[in-house]
Parts: sequence; C-alpha cells; structure tokens
Amino acid sequence: MRIALFITCIGDTFFADAGRATVRVLERLGHEVVFPEEQTCCGQMHLNSGYARDAARLRRRFERIFGGFDAVVSPSSSCVGTARELYEMENVFELSELLVRRLGVEDVGASFAGRVTYHPTCHSLRVTRVGDAPQRLLRNVRGLELVELPRADECCGFGGTFAIKNAETSSAMLADKCDAIAETGAAVCTAVDGSCLLQIGGGLSRRGAPARAVHLAEILASA
Amino acid sequence: MTSFPEAARVELQNDQLRANLRNATDTIRAKRARVVAEVPDWEALRDAGRAIKEEVLARLDEYLAQFESAVEAAGGVVHWARDAAEANAVVAEVARSHGADEVVKMKSLTTDEIELNAALEKAGIHALETDFAELILQLDGDWSSHILVPAIHRNRSEIRDLFARTIAPGIASNEPAALAEASRRYLRKRFLDARVGVSGANFGIAETGTICIVESEGNGRMCTTLPPVLVTVLGIEKLLPRFADLEVFLQLLPRSSTGERMNPYTSLWTGVTDGDGPQELHVVLLDNGRTRVLADEMGRQALHCIRCSACLNVCPVYSRTGGHAYGSVYPGPIGAILTPQLRGIENAASLPFASTLCGACYDVCPVKIDIPRVLLHLRAKAVEAKSAPAEAAALHVAAWTFASPRRFAVAQRLLAPLARMRVVRRLPWPLSRWTATRDLRPPAREPFRTWWRKRACPPPARRSSSGYTRRRAVRA
Repeated sequence: MRIALFITCIGDTFFADAGRATVRVLERLGHEVVFPEEQTCCGQMHLNSGYARDAARLRRRFERIFGGFDAVVSPSSSCVGTARELYEMENVFELSELLVRRLGVEDVGASFAGRVTYHPTCHSLRVTRVGDAPQRLLRNVRGLELVELPRADECCGFGGTFAIKNAETSSAMLADKCDAIAETGAAVCTAVDGSCLLQIGGGLSRRGAPARAVHLAEILASA
Repeated sequence: MTSFPEAARVELQNDQLRANLRNATDTIRAKRARVVAEVPDWEALRDAGRAIKEEVLARLDEYLAQFESAVEAAGGVVHWARDAAEANAVVAEVARSHGADEVVKMKSLTTDEIELNAALEKAGIHALETDFAELILQLDGDWSSHILVPAIHRNRSEIRDLFARTIAPGIASNEPAALAEASRRYLRKRFLDARVGVSGANFGIAETGTICIVESEGNGRMCTTLPPVLVTVLGIEKLLPRFADLEVFLQLLPRSSTGERMNPYTSLWTGVTDGDGPQELHVVLLDNGRTRVLADEMGRQALHCIRCSACLNVCPVYSRTGGHAYGSVYPGPIGAILTPQLRGIENAASLPFASTLCGACYDVCPVKIDIPRVLLHLRAKAVEAKSAPAEAAALHVAAWTFASPRRFAVAQRLLAPLARMRVVRRLPWPLSRWTATRDLRPPAREPFRTWWRKRACPPPARRSSSGYTRRRAVRA
C-alpha cells in the first residue's frame, strides 16, 4: 500500500525519531511511504486558539496536499482528529489504528525490553477513537511488560495553548499524571501523541523521575 | 469578572478544596458509570434526548405560547421576564402582596442566576434556602461551586463547625445523619409557617402546563406543597413538548446527575387544585440572554442542558480548580459554553479557553451537547471580540510560517541552539509559563524533513556509507 506520512509540525520539529520509526515500521511491513514535502501544519493550533481565518487557510493547504491519497498516516491522534472529524477527511489515520484496523496487523515484530505503561491520550480515546489498538500492538512486543496506568483516561493537561494560558491548572493535571506513572513503576510511558508526550516528558524530566516519555512508534520500530 | 486563569490560580492553592473535590467527583463518577452501563439503550436515549431538545428550540415560540395557555387554563398565572430584574420584581411583588417577610426556597440554579435572594433582601424579604447544601452556603455567606452538589468544596467537619457556630450550638458529631437532623430541626417550623414558596423547574410540559422537579431531599416537595402560594421561575428553554417526553428525561437525568436509577422525589403539578397544595401559582418565564443564545446556530445546543452536572464530574479542569473559578452559577464545561453566551462573550472571554478539549464532557452529556465544538466556536468569537495583540501577532506569524515549507524549515533552523541542549529548563515569556513547572524536550537535532530529504537524495559523499540506497518518491 502507498501511504503518505503526515509528520505534523510538532512531530517534524520535536519527534523526528517517531517519524523515522513510523517509516521504518510501515516499510518493514512492505508498504511504500511517501512524504509530501509541501506539508507543514494542519491548522489545529490556530483552530483551537480561535484564529479561524488562519486555520481555514492552513486547512485548505492541508486538504490540497493530502486529499488525493488513499491513506495518510500520522503519529499524532490529535492532528488526525482535526483532519478526520473537523475537515471530514476519511483517508487520514493514526499509526496504531492504521496498523490494527486497516492493515490487520497486531504484531509488528518489535522487541523492547522493560516495563511500559500506556497513556491513552484524550484525542485518541474520544476523537479518533483508536480504542485498544495501541495496547494490542504493545502486547505483541517481545520483552515488553505492559502495566496499567491508574486513572489512565484522564487528560495530562497539555491542551495546546491551554498549557500556557492556564499554566497552573495544566501543571496540576500534569502532577497527577506523573504521580500515576510513578505508581506503575514503569521505565517508559508511551502514547500516540507527541504533544502530550511533550507535556508528560517535560513533567517527568523536571521532577527527575526514572520514567521517560517515548512515542509508541519508536517502541514498535525497535528490534 | 476575574479571568478564569487568575481565579483558578487562587483556587489551586487550596489543597483541602482539591482533596474534597477529588473524593466527591470520583464517587459520583463511578456511580454514574455503573448505572449508565446497565441501560442497554443508553445511546438511543441520548439521541432521543437531544432530538427532543432540538425540536423544542426549533419551535420555542409555539411551545411557549402553548405552555402559557395550558398553565392559565389550569388556574396558574404566567409572567414573562426579559431579564433578572423583571423576574425578581415579579417574585418580590407576589411575596409583598401576601405580606410575607420570608419565602422558603428549594435549590434552583435559575434563581441563583438572577440573584433572586439578594433582590428579595433589598425588598425586605428573606429567602430561606432549604436544600441542605444551599443552607450550608447561605449560613456561611458562601456560594455554590457545583450544579448539583453546591457545597462539594466543603467536607463534613467544616460543616459541623459551621452548624455549631450557627443553627446547632454544641453539635459535636460530623456524621451525615446528625448534620441532617440539625438542619431538619432548624427548617421544619419555617416550612410550616411560610406563606410563599419559591421553586425553579427541571421541566415544563407545553402540552399540559405541568411543571416537574426532581430532587433528593424532599425539601422541594415541602416548598411546593406547604405554602399557600408558589412562585416557579422557569428558563424558557426548560420546556418539553409532550408529557410523554418525560419518559426519556426521567431516565437520563438521575443516572447522569447523582448516579441513581431514579431520584428519591419527583414532583409534578399542573396549575392549582382545590384543597390540595398551593392555591395560587405564579410561573415566571425567564429569558435573561436565552434568546440571544438561541440565535446562534452552533451555540444554541448549550440550551439543551438539563443541569445534570455529569460534565463537571468528569472534567479534569473542574476537578482541579473547583466551581468558583468559573465566576458563575454554571461552572465546569457547561458553564464555559453557557456563561459567555448568556452574558455576552466580551464579559466572559476567558471561559471558552478553560478547557483542554479533552472531550470527556461530550462523552457523558445525556443530551449530547458537543461541548468541545461549541468551545471552538466561542474561542473564535472571543478572539474577534477581544484583541490580544501579542498573541494575535504570534499566531499570525506562525500561520505565515506554516503557509510555506521553506519558511517552516527556516523556523526549525532558528531552534537549532535549543536542539543542542540536553534539556531546556528556562525559556523567555510567555514560554516561561511552560518552563515554570516543566522541562522542554529539545527539538530534534535533525528535523524529520531534513532526514527525509537526505535519505531521498543522499549527498554523494555520504551515499556509500548510508544504508539508504533506494530512491523513494518524495512528492505526491
């Protein structure tokens, strides 16, 4: 299958490893990945911040660049949510749902040693609704011990510009999320959104916690 | 009104508040989840609830006229109030005309919205709150922080101490039964003496003129049956077309709000009945901004709200800040979309931003109000109404950058100094608001697009050493 990668602005800039991992996983499964170099941002930040006109321009760009593909994959459920739920583009998928739901793959042949907990991000749960696709993939990773995260479905407090505008509330939510991760004793907290991992990873790092925030794609790509 | 972030900052200092809230919302949340799971057609009920509310709003003018005729035919008097002042004047006039210097009140958000108690106080009439939690707040000069559980921010020892200072000197126990008994003793005689009762309403039935309230404590039934005169204040959006529609809402509401299959008291009354209950019924139909909400096609779904408070209990923001930060009797996610619409966006511009758009509220809403979508809609209105020049400039520059992959790549290169750091601990304002409590993951040393380009067209010198020799399509 020929699949276009939408790396997202945050993914391109902060989570290039997760982007490379996405390419590796899909190529290993025999798919062709293409990267339309015109791409930048889907416009979610502007839409969520109330800048509707800027968002509309970015939306038109996004539709022009990605509208023609049979399948577009992105390592960010939040941006997929914007494309699919708000722009009504049915061809855009988050990586784990593409693998499990579209391609019927639950074992990508990965190995990753250690205890891992999975944080289901809000948009993966309640907007793109990837369900348990990430957990199915993780359960098939050799050497990986998946442990449940307490209060898993609660938001980490990122929320885009919310993290800046309502920094104190955002930080209170993050503190609870970091406590929950500590409770699991996991070495890694994984998720399908770079933006949430930016928040969780930043919180864990600031408190000197032993756990790291790692994108799901990187775990699936490791051998 | 204080902006949400400022108010939240104050509330977040209160660890007791957060602990109380966490305990209370966790309990209600679990109960709700349990009783909702046992209804096999829950999603169909939600759809039905939404459809009925849409029907009401689409033909509100007709249903209001029908309701007015039905109430009057049953012996009630209908008053129309454009705003809080008009509604409060009606209630004060009714009380005055019966020589009442005190009215007994059941818990009612609508009367809180119009600040009825303060208006009556000015007219020399005391409004006695008879709901247990509302009584607590009234005794302490405090105000509600939750739609359903107004004193959710108080725990039982705080309440015992308050009662000891006020209505029950010497009370030692903080057991719920003892606290309830103290309030019962205080209220009973005043119920019996009251000449005028005041209520809100959960539903008004256009077809029959029936008013319905649901409650847990029974104080509402006393307010609506003991005094000879009853005034009911009803927001115009509270109508249902048919009596049979209650079938849907009396399933949706208790399960969503208290996590009960059925609430303890459901009272229905139609006009007045000889020798039974109040002999004089006044119904005040309140607009107070609702027709303005109705005019907004996207925003009007906020008027579907049946005040169950399920959205508060699941909201990660509400459970940290509590209700007071929202500066309105309607806190939480529903407040974030209702208050700015009722008061005008320019008067509550920070509320639509008091959400991470996590979507938990939409999932539990019994009438399927798409709160995240309305928040986005109101954010755009807030940006239009209230200019924030620094933010607007930053976002326009970002949009300009994103409009060109070349400009975007340049912006990525500008971040290179950060990319060389192991961890970013301090950033200048406004990003200092991030780094105050969080580190920032440094940007990738090599942005993805740079890697892709090198991989697709490897520079000759590196070609032999790189593992990537296959050339891949780079353009769609």
